[in-house]
Amino acid sequence: MSRYVAGRLVESLVVLVIMSFVIYALIGLMPGDPIDLMIKSDPRLTPEDAARLRAVYGLDKPLTERYLSWAAAALSGDFGNSRLYARPVLDVMPGFLLNTLNLMGISFVISVAIAVPVGIYAALRQQTAADYVINLACFAGISVPIFWLALMLIIVFAVLIPVLPASGVSSIGGGDILDRARHLVLPVITLTVFSVGSYTRFMRAATIEVMRQDYIRTAFAKGADRQRVVVHHALRNAMLPVVTIVALSFGTLFSGALITETMFAYPGMGKLIFDSVMGNDFNMALVTLLFATLVTLLANLGADLAYAWLDPRISYGGGGGRGR
Amino acid sequence: MSALHETARPAARGPRTVWGLLLRRLLGHQLAVGSAAFLVILGCLAILTPVIEAGLGVEANAVDLTQRFAGPTAGHWLGTDELGRDLLARLLYGGQVSLFVGIVAALASAVIGTLIGLPAGYYGGRLDAVLMRLTDGVIALPLLPLLIVLAALDLNKLGLPEALVNDPNVSLYRMIVIISLVGWTTVARLVRGAALSLREREYVLAATAAGAGGMRIMAVHILPNVVSPIIVATTLSVGNVILLESVLSFLGLGIQPPIASWGNMLTGAQELIWSAPVLAFYPGMLIFVTVIAFNFLGDGLQDALDPRAIEG
Repeated sequence: MSRYVAGRLVESLVVLVIMSFVIYALIGLMPGDPIDLMIKSDPRLTPEDAARLRAVYGLDKPLTERYLSWAAAALSGDFGNSRLYARPVLDVMPGFLLNTLNLMGISFVISVAIAVPVGIYAALRQQTAADYVINLACFAGISVPIFWLALMLIIVFAVLIPVLPASGVSSIGGGDILDRARHLVLPVITLTVFSVGSYTRFMRAATIEVMRQDYIRTAFAKGADRQRVVVHHALRNAMLPVVTIVALSFGTLFSGALITETMFAYPGMGKLIFDSVMGNDFNMALVTLLFATLVTLLANLGADLAYAWLDPRISYGGGGGRGR
Repeated sequence: MSALHETARPAARGPRTVWGLLLRRLLGHQLAVGSAAFLVILGCLAILTPVIEAGLGVEANAVDLTQRFAGPTAGHWLGTDELGRDLLARLLYGGQVSLFVGIVAALASAVIGTLIGLPAGYYGGRLDAVLMRLTDGVIALPLLPLLIVLAALDLNKLGLPEALVNDPNVSLYRMIVIISLVGWTTVARLVRGAALSLREREYVLAATAAGAGGMRIMAVHILPNVVSPIIVATTLSVGNVILLESVLSFLGLGIQPPIASWGNMLTGAQELIWSAPVLAFYPGMLIFVTVIAFNFLGDGLQDALDPRAIEG
């Protein structure tokens, strides 16, 4: 087991290093150029100055050389300054990260709290009207473009019936906890709609699969009532695939958060990534993208480990590939 | 032939062929049938857009500042937008773009996925390990942030030919390329899994013994057996592609004006939610209905094509 974990950690690390190079190269291909931006902000700079600046910043060197010097600095903890915020990148990030954790955490808890009971309920009443309605609602949640859903929520709850704020984390001047909660309502609804449909469908499918198993029939045969069978025999086994899929869908949830944050001008990591890509903030874009990759990789690793931990039948000792 | 066919077929109530069975099961899935009908109509409207436009006497990109924010009239069935352009015509063109990008990118993803999954599953070994690590790696990436970067790349710096960079449709091609680049993983895994188990079957062993090469076995003996999961995955991915395209276009990174797309029509509407909220309604509703139709159709196909569920 520990050998398996070590192997997967090394694998994730390799992917991360490769991605850091890919992202570094991609950032260099974005429109605009740091020296051009300097020239624009100071018209007195001559072409000779520009060439000298290029040499000073090492921008005349080949890509791999530039990447290696960036990586060396990054490993010593220096990720450079943000252009948009004029502060070190690592000083800016924590506040945004905290906001995203808030948004994603609350929405995730609500999604799971809805999806698990509703999914089980639908599974136990297959082919009934209730199951049909739940299924339709899930499809609607999966198919709705959430930027448009956000727009509609803003129109209804902030324009037509102005009861909720449409943007930001708090009122100007910073509000109390109630004020912050009010600002979270619409973003949380949006992000929850985005994820709850697929979670419910996973839960329903997993429960149906488990309820077909022999040990469930055995439990019924021994006289256990329905509630006992579901709670004691089915739930844990049905959760197994769901935990994995939910952890694997972390990257998707992050994409949803990016859209939600951008729509509600909510200062989180997703909006930070979008703004830094659009605003030529190369250092910030690099670090935030890498961070998003790192967290997604860790979530995937976590999914595999949770699977192993929850299902004692799976062994990761030696030989063979991952059986998935 | 026809006489033989008739005697061979028992006096059954329904057709007994695989396709007949498939069709009957699909028809039992009302949502899928309704969705398919809707998508066919939408597809026809999209293809006939120029004709409809001429028939209504409007032009999608004709700006008329005297007619801004007009309500529905005989001339403009759904009214006009902030520049006095006909909303219906723009919605139709937007549909053309969204369907085109969605279908082409989903098909391209399916082709890439098949080309990666087939050899990985059939040959196995080191090739499989490398290709599947690649697949895992792509799956592990944060999709939307990556697409945002890819959509923001400067095509001049990529060294693409000038003529292509300045092509008015370049944003369309770019969307298709970048979505296909990240969208192939589902099909690759499906095909690889199927190829892995099919290569052990007797008929494949027989073909190998008869001297068939790897290429022939993959194309003739394995690929036909994975067609149905590929069809299902591709149908479902059309919906996803349309969602991705619309959000990128909405953010200003996808389809560029003046080409109308449902996503970029919402960009303009977002600024006007205080004065003209109705402009924000139609394009989003169409994205929603189209995506849900593709998802219903995919779901129905999945049930209909599932060989474990063969009934009477």
